[in-house]
Amino acid sequence: MSRLGRITRRTLLVGSVAIAGGVAFGTWRVRTPYENPLLDDLAEGEASFNPWVKVTASGITLIVPHADLGQGVASMQAALIAEEMDLDFGQFDTDFGEPAPAYWNTAAGSTDVPFLSSDDGLAANATRGLMNAVFKLMGMQLTGGSSSVPDSWVKLREAGATARETLKLAASREFDVPVSELATRSAAVVLPDGRTVPYTALAATAASLEPAQDVPLREPAEWRLIGKPMQRLDILAKSTGQQAYGIDLKIEGMQHAAVRANPRRGELLGFDAARALAMPGVVEVLPVTRGVAVVADHTWNAFQAVAAVECEWGPAPYPAEQAAHWAEVAASFTEERLDKVWREEGDVVAELNTGEVVEAEYRAPYVAHQPLEPLSAIVRVDEDGVEVWAGHQMPRFLQQKVAAITGHEPEQVRFHNQYMGGSFGHRLEFDNVTLCAEIANRRRGTPIKLTYTREEDFAQDYPRQIGMARGRGMVRDGRVQALDLAIATVSSSSSQMGRLGQSIPGPDGQIVAGVWNLPYAIPHFRVSGYKVPELAPTSSWRAVGASTGGFFAETFLDELIHAAGADPLEERLRLCNEPLSRKVLEAVGELSGWGTPMGPGRGRGIAFVESFGVQVAEVVEVTDTGAGIRIDRVFAVAEVGRVVDPVNFDNLFKGGVAWGLGHAMNCEITYADGMPQQSNFHVHAGLRLYQCPEITVRGLENGARVRGIGEPPVPPAAPALANAIFAATGKRLRDMPFSRQVSFV
Amino acid sequence: MRTLCPVQITINGVTHEVDAPAAMPLLWVLRDLLGLTGTKFGCGAALCGACTVHVDGVAVRACQVPVGSVTGAVTTIEGLAGTEALHPVQQAWVEHQVAQCGYCQSGQVMQAAALLAGNPNPSDAEIDAAMSGNLCRCGTYPRIRAAVHSAALKLRESGQ
Repeated sequence: MSRLGRITRRTLLVGSVAIAGGVAFGTWRVRTPYENPLLDDLAEGEASFNPWVKVTASGITLIVPHADLGQGVASMQAALIAEEMDLDFGQFDTDFGEPAPAYWNTAAGSTDVPFLSSDDGLAANATRGLMNAVFKLMGMQLTGGSSSVPDSWVKLREAGATARETLKLAASREFDVPVSELATRSAAVVLPDGRTVPYTALAATAASLEPAQDVPLREPAEWRLIGKPMQRLDILAKSTGQQAYGIDLKIEGMQHAAVRANPRRGELLGFDAARALAMPGVVEVLPVTRGVAVVADHTWNAFQAVAAVECEWGPAPYPAEQAAHWAEVAASFTEERLDKVWREEGDVVAELNTGEVVEAEYRAPYVAHQPLEPLSAIVRVDEDGVEVWAGHQMPRFLQQKVAAITGHEPEQVRFHNQYMGGSFGHRLEFDNVTLCAEIANRRRGTPIKLTYTREEDFAQDYPRQIGMARGRGMVRDGRVQALDLAIATVSSSSSQMGRLGQSIPGPDGQIVAGVWNLPYAIPHFRVSGYKVPELAPTSSWRAVGASTGGFFAETFLDELIHAAGADPLEERLRLCNEPLSRKVLEAVGELSGWGTPMGPGRGRGIAFVESFGVQVAEVVEVTDTGAGIRIDRVFAVAEVGRVVDPVNFDNLFKGGVAWGLGHAMNCEITYADGMPQQSNFHVHAGLRLYQCPEITVRGLENGARVRGIGEPPVPPAAPALANAIFAATGKRLRDMPFSRQVSFV
Repeated sequence: MRTLCPVQITINGVTHEVDAPAAMPLLWVLRDLLGLTGTKFGCGAALCGACTVHVDGVAVRACQVPVGSVTGAVTTIEGLAGTEALHPVQQAWVEHQVAQCGYCQSGQVMQAAALLAGNPNPSDAEIDAAMSGNLCRCGTYPRIRAAVHSAALKLRESGQ
């Protein structure tokens, strides 16, 4: 077993806040840097100063190991290196690199700890340090948790700076000039007489030098790229159809496969392939885990034939009907299933006995990921190794999963990561790759390309957690006096980690994400998480727990504020006890013109959620047109510490708002006869253009920590919309999707 | 059993002869037989628009068009610009940096180009009506709207 496997089996991880007890790490192992994986493949005269930079006589390559799901992190990573290395876009190639422990994520673990993001106390920082140590020892290469910017922010600028200084050292040697008299500009060292020497011409000399150490980073005033509008590296290719995604690749000699797995996720009891085998182009029909696969000469023939295989499916390992799922969630508000009381201020129970109690119950359904590029993978298995071409967010776990199928060592699995047509958490799962590996292992020597139909992708998606919340609260003298929120969801973290052979030993912070950390000084305030036993398997869905928790908390708080007769923004500001959050609320109030008259049939709603360390407030404006609700405008403000690229920030932020709105309005996965009832985009599309409002966003840079914007815009969108609809119509929406209760135009 | 017969089809000005059953969707002929992968597979049911191409200038969903039924000239994203470096719609898409994951954008660009060919100055409502069949899961819609207006202006100014 690899070291990664040994360590993860005794510890935990990802998306969890708990740490297995009694794990002692040797300090030396935590401090020792991993070796640079680029050194293995360097030819004579090629230089690499760290795991992210390679310079040869023919060009400069920047390794950008965070997976690009569409959020633009390939460009972001390159920009951070290029900033310090004095490269212009166009002067380097990028490569996702091979999986390596050197690319461990220095931010994901330390963000997901049970301490407020504003807590810089000893215990909080010690826990963050411990989580980082665990991630480092695991060599945990992960794209997720909006961690790519925070992970890259310092280390990639350092990578660029040390590369630059080493190249200057090389020029100093070659031209016998003191380093202090050298400058760099546009991928070249500038000599005192004004001559320029391209970095590529210095590669051979630089290769013989020890990389420079402890190079100070530039001050913000010196930045050429960071904070200024950039053009993403992929924008031209993505506007002209030239961008290759995993699903577009062709490997010489490959055959095409399609799969159908049990839509109830039970066993394959039997199958009859006779009809499929007689169809054109079909090479083979074979059983795979929980299903069947067809290998054919092209994708369409594979699709046609796999649909023609007659399969006998076993029953679902979870309740067959949706009503039973809800019943199980509703039955989970018990002492036995109490996961943890996350917040307890004042005496909620005593206070709620003193007067009239406001009560409400909320529901959040299963929702599918369904990025527009269907799942696919290409795998070729040979005796001495395996090659995999696919887009994935956890490449080292992928190597393990594939190696376990083919009988190789994880290091023998060469993984070529690909640009992805979206993920939203979908490409943290492994089925497409492992099923393709099963097929390819049966057909060694032949590359197999597996493509999912959209229907198969829906059927085998691991949706977002299902959950409910029960709120009880009290108002007094126009103020919110008590809030007791109990949240019960299945644990998507446990479900996801379970498929990696891991367990989460402690409470699951995702059940109450975006809730327990609300920056409100409510005199009597309690947040309790209840863990519903696994029903349908679930996984991380953009913003994870906060996508449901934020809806529960900020809608119920809004109900209390209205019961108090207070203004939704003013009361949140009065309750707010954290400076960064206060500035976000104030800014969204100013941006949206909060308080200005709206006219009849119109309303605005506000919500605030902090997730992944980012405080976000959104104001939604709606009109009740008579024919349905129209979302007119959205105003959104986020505190991210630093906006790396204002263009990409704007696009991602607005996309996150659209994602949050569209799924809250229109989407759910429900089960009947053990199978998900939604099979394609006619019933689960998210937002379409005609429903998309005008969106205005602003990034604040007051915080000390630099954060990512991929997920944090999602959680406030649903409650802000529900609160706006209440303001416009007087109707409270407590269950998603809202289209079950109101129509949208 | 379906028979394979050579199908003649003109794509981006080039006539191809492909061995494909007449019922095979144009999408898969483009992607798997001709290697034109700029046209994307998204849903296989005309629900997402990722596979939008032009047949005689009309936007169609290639996943629903049997290759044997195609009598007109097919234009894909690879051939949209013709002899120019970029079609005005593509220029606008680059200037507005519309794409995130980009997987829907071939279809969006083809749909927008067809819209503007017939309506050089569409209103927001007309853009909504023409473009809402093209799904973008990343939510780049605000930039799509802006880029369509911007492309319309380019086309009007260039008199195309």
